[in-house]
Amino acid sequence: MAISFKVNGIEQSFDGDPTMPVLWYVRDVLNLHGTKFGCGTGQCGACTVHIDGSATRGCLLSVDAVAGKEITTIEGLDSEGNHPVQKAWRAMNVPQCGYCQSGQIMSAAAFLSSTPKPTDDQIDQSMAGNICRCGCYQRIHEAVAMAATDTTEG
Amino acid sequence: MKSHIEQEILHQIAGHDRSANNTAPLFDISKVNRRQFLKITGSTASLVIGMQLVPKTALAFDPYPTGAEGMPHKTVTDPQVFVAIDSDGTVTLTAHRSEMGTGSRTSVPMILADEMEADWSQVKIVQAEGDEPKYGNQDTDGSRSLRHYIQPMRQMGASVRYMLEQAAAVEWGTDASNVKATNHKVHMIGSDGNPTGESLGYGELAKVAMALDVPSFEMLSFKTDDEFRYLGKGEIPIVDLHDITTGKARYGADYTTEGMKFAVVARPPVVGASVKSFDSSETLKIPGVENVVEIAGSMPPAKFAPLGGIAVVANNTWAAIKGREALKVEWSESLHDAYNTTAFAEQMRATAKKPGKVMRSVGDPDGAFASAKKVIAHEYYQPHMQHAQMEPLVAVADYKEGKLDIWAPVQSPYGARTDVAKALGLKPEQVTVNVSLLGGGFGRKSKCDYVIEAAIVSKEIGAPVKLQWTREDDIKHGFYHTTSVERLEAAIDDNNKVIGWRHRSVSPTIFSTFMPDPGFTSDLEAGMGLVDTPIGVENMSIESGEAKSHTRIGWFRAVSNIPRAWGVQSFIAELAHELGRDPKEMLLELIGPDRKIDPVAADMKDLWNYGEPYEEFPNDTSRLRGVIELAAEKAGWGKTLPEGEALGIAAHRSFVTYVASVVKVKTASDGSISIPEVHTAVDCGFCVNPERVASQMEGAAVMGMTVAMYSGINYENGAVTNSNFHDYPVARISEYPKKVHTHIVEHPFSVHATGIGEPGVPPFAPALANAIFAASGNRLRDLPFGESVG
Repeated sequence: MAISFKVNGIEQSFDGDPTMPVLWYVRDVLNLHGTKFGCGTGQCGACTVHIDGSATRGCLLSVDAVAGKEITTIEGLDSEGNHPVQKAWRAMNVPQCGYCQSGQIMSAAAFLSSTPKPTDDQIDQSMAGNICRCGCYQRIHEAVAMAATDTTEG
Repeated sequence: MKSHIEQEILHQIAGHDRSANNTAPLFDISKVNRRQFLKITGSTASLVIGMQLVPKTALAFDPYPTGAEGMPHKTVTDPQVFVAIDSDGTVTLTAHRSEMGTGSRTSVPMILADEMEADWSQVKIVQAEGDEPKYGNQDTDGSRSLRHYIQPMRQMGASVRYMLEQAAAVEWGTDASNVKATNHKVHMIGSDGNPTGESLGYGELAKVAMALDVPSFEMLSFKTDDEFRYLGKGEIPIVDLHDITTGKARYGADYTTEGMKFAVVARPPVVGASVKSFDSSETLKIPGVENVVEIAGSMPPAKFAPLGGIAVVANNTWAAIKGREALKVEWSESLHDAYNTTAFAEQMRATAKKPGKVMRSVGDPDGAFASAKKVIAHEYYQPHMQHAQMEPLVAVADYKEGKLDIWAPVQSPYGARTDVAKALGLKPEQVTVNVSLLGGGFGRKSKCDYVIEAAIVSKEIGAPVKLQWTREDDIKHGFYHTTSVERLEAAIDDNNKVIGWRHRSVSPTIFSTFMPDPGFTSDLEAGMGLVDTPIGVENMSIESGEAKSHTRIGWFRAVSNIPRAWGVQSFIAELAHELGRDPKEMLLELIGPDRKIDPVAADMKDLWNYGEPYEEFPNDTSRLRGVIELAAEKAGWGKTLPEGEALGIAAHRSFVTYVASVVKVKTASDGSISIPEVHTAVDCGFCVNPERVASQMEGAAVMGMTVAMYSGINYENGAVTNSNFHDYPVARISEYPKKVHTHIVEHPFSVHATGIGEPGVPPFAPALANAIFAASGNRLRDLPFGESVG
C-alpha cells in the first residue's frame, strides 16, 4: 500500500520498501541530492531534514514513519535560498568542502525556530549532532548566533 | 641513487625531484620565439600589424623554479586552455585542481582573473575533466595547488590582458602603448597619459583578442603588488558558497544518469584476503536487488587496486545495503591475519630503543651521549588514523561500447583515469573522468580504488552504476595514515646544555603500498620533520628503525609530519620542564641562530624538500622563529594566567610552510579540560587568500584536536575494529577550540607563495599536550589522549 506524505510542499506517495530511510528516498527516488549521506547511523547529521518542522536524521527514519507528515529538505527551506540561516552562513563564509552544510543548516534552522534567542552553550549543544570534519565549527557557531539576531530582529 | 621503481613511486607520490639543486627556470626565456608580427584574425579580414617587443614595464616578479617541473605533465601556460570570453563579457575560467575544501577552486582562478583585470562578478568557473596533457598536473595533494600554479596563472592572466589590449589597439588603429586594460574594459589613453573616456568591454574584444597568438613571457607586463585587485585581500567568497548553502552543490553521489544502478561492495575484513566462496541466494530475494558481481582482490603492494569482494547491485542504495547484509561470504586467509595494533605498538617501542639505520649524522652524537651528565629520553606513539572525510567514497561509472565515463570526487582525476584504464584494459583516451566537488579528501581521494570498483561493476552489468561506500566501509577498508613511535633522546652536559640529540623514528612506510616493503621510513617520509629538523644541536643522529606494514598505508593530511611534530615538539617541552626552562625559550634555543639550513653541510644532501628546489624554498629557521614569536606574542605568552589555565606551544615547517600554534587549556574542577582559544601563526609566503588561510587554520585546529583526543584505528586478527563515529569519533562543535585566531606573516609576492591545506595540522596535538601538562602536570605521550584527560 502506498505511503503518502509531502516533500517540500508537494504531495508524494511511495509504494516501495516501507523500511527505506527518508535519506535514500529523497536522494534515490526523488533525486533531491541536497540531503547527504554521512554515517547511516544518526551520528553525523549530514542527512538532517525537517519532519513537520523538527530536525530529524533522515538516515534512521523509515518512509513508513512519515506517512501523512511534511518533509522539508534543504531544497525546500526557502524558495530563494535566503533563510536567515543560509544568509548568515554566506555572510560568515562558513563552508570549506561544504558536504555537511545542508545538514548543519537544517539543524540550525529548526533549532532557531524553537529557540530564537539561544545562549552560546545552547548553540553548541544543539549543533553537537552535526559533524564537520573540515572543522568549520567556529564559523558555524558565529553564523547561528548571527542568524538568531536576524530572526529576532526580522 | 634510488632504483628505477623507487623513482617511479616518488614520482607518483609527490612529483618528486631528486635534485636539490634544480635550477631549471619555469619559463625558459632562451627558447622564446621572438615574433616580429602578430597575426590578428578579425571577423571580416586578417590583418597584420607591427607590435612592440619591449615590455611596457619591468617585470613585477622574477620567475622562479618550483617543483611543478618535477611533476607529471608539469604546468600549462596556454590561456586558450584555461580562459574563454563570451561576447557578453562573461569570462569562463577552468579550475583544473580538485576542490576538497581549501578553496583552491576559487583562489587559483582568482589569480588569473586578477592579473587579466577581469571583474570577478563576471567570472564563471568550470571544472576540468582529468586531462593532464591538456591542463598540466592535476594531482591535488601535497599542498601544491597555489605553490605550483601562482606563476602560470599570473602568466596566463597577463597574456589575456595583453591580447585584449592588442585587440583594442587594432580596433582603434593605435599602438598598444596607448591603451590599458582595467576591470573588464580596455581604455584608450590620451597623450596626457589619462584615459580619454573611450573604452571597449572585454566581451566586445573577445573574438579578436582570443584569436591572437599567445604572447611569450618576455612580452608580458605584470601588475605590481599594490595593483592587485583580489590577491591578498580575502574579500572573494568561494565560488560554490551559494550552491552549498542551498543544497545545489554537486558532490560525487549527486550525479545520476538514465538507467543507473546502485551498488555497495562486501570487502575482505583483512587486507590480502579474497573471496573463497559466497552465497547470494538471500541477497537476491531482497526487493530491488538485481545482481551480484565479484571483484578480483589484491595483496599489497598493489597501489590503488581494489581490495576485491562482492558487489551487490540494486535499483536503489538502500536495497543494495540490505542485500549486502544478507550476503554470506567466506574469506580466504591472509598473510596479515595476525595484525594486532596493540602488540605492534610494543614491537615498535622495542625497536625504537635499539640503534636504527642512521639517516643523518652531525658532529659526534655517540661521543656526546657518552660524555653527557644526564640523558633524557622519551617515546611518543601515534596510532593509525583514517581520513573520515564527511563524504564517503563514491563513484558513478558508465561503460558503453568501449567508452567509460566516470563522475567522481577524486583528488587526482588524471591518475584515476590512467589507473582505471589500466584496470579495465582500456586506453586513457577511452576514459573520461569528470570531477565533482569533494566532500573532504584529506588524501583518501587520491587513491582511486573506489573508482576502479565502479568501472568494473558497470562493465560487468552493462549499465551505469553508482557505487557507494558506507561509513563502515570507509573506516574499515581505507588507506591508513601510518602508525609510529618517535623516540627522542637528549644528552645534557654539566651546564644543563643540550649537547647531543637523537631522533629515532619507527614507522611502516607508505612505500609498502607501491613496492615490496622496504621496512624503513623512506627519504620522502624522512623529509617530513625527521631529517629536515630545524634543531641545531651540534651533535645529532637521525635514525629509522625497522617496521613492516600489515595494511594499506596511504597519505593523510600532513602525512609523516604529524608524528614527527608530535614527538619533537612534545619532547622539547619536556626538556624545558626537566631543565627548568621556559618551553618557548627552550624551543628557540634548540633551533639555534637564524639560518637557511645548508643541506650539504648538514649531511642531508639527498633531502626531499616536498619536491621543491631547495634554493627557492629553503628551510629558513628565521621564518620558523618568526611564527613562534608571533603566535607567542598574540597569545600573551609569559603573562600570568588564572588558576587552572595554561598555554602550550609547538611549531613545525611542513610543505615549505611554517606554522606555530599556542593552545590555551582550561582545567575545570572535575578535571575536564576545555580550549578557550588558540593562536596560530602561519608563514606561507605571499598570501593569496587570507580569508581561506584562516579557515584552513581553524579547521586544522579541529582536526588537530581530533588527532590529539580521539583518532586511533585499531586492528585485531588483521581486521579494523572501528566502524563508525561512535568508535572512531571526531571533534564536535561542543568541544572544539572556542576561538582560533589566525595570524598571517605578511610578505610581498617576491616571497614565494606556499600551500596551506596541510601545514596547520602537525603543531596542534603537541601544543595541546604541552598546555595540558602546563595546566595539570599530566604528560601525555600516546595519541590519542582519550580517557587520559578529563
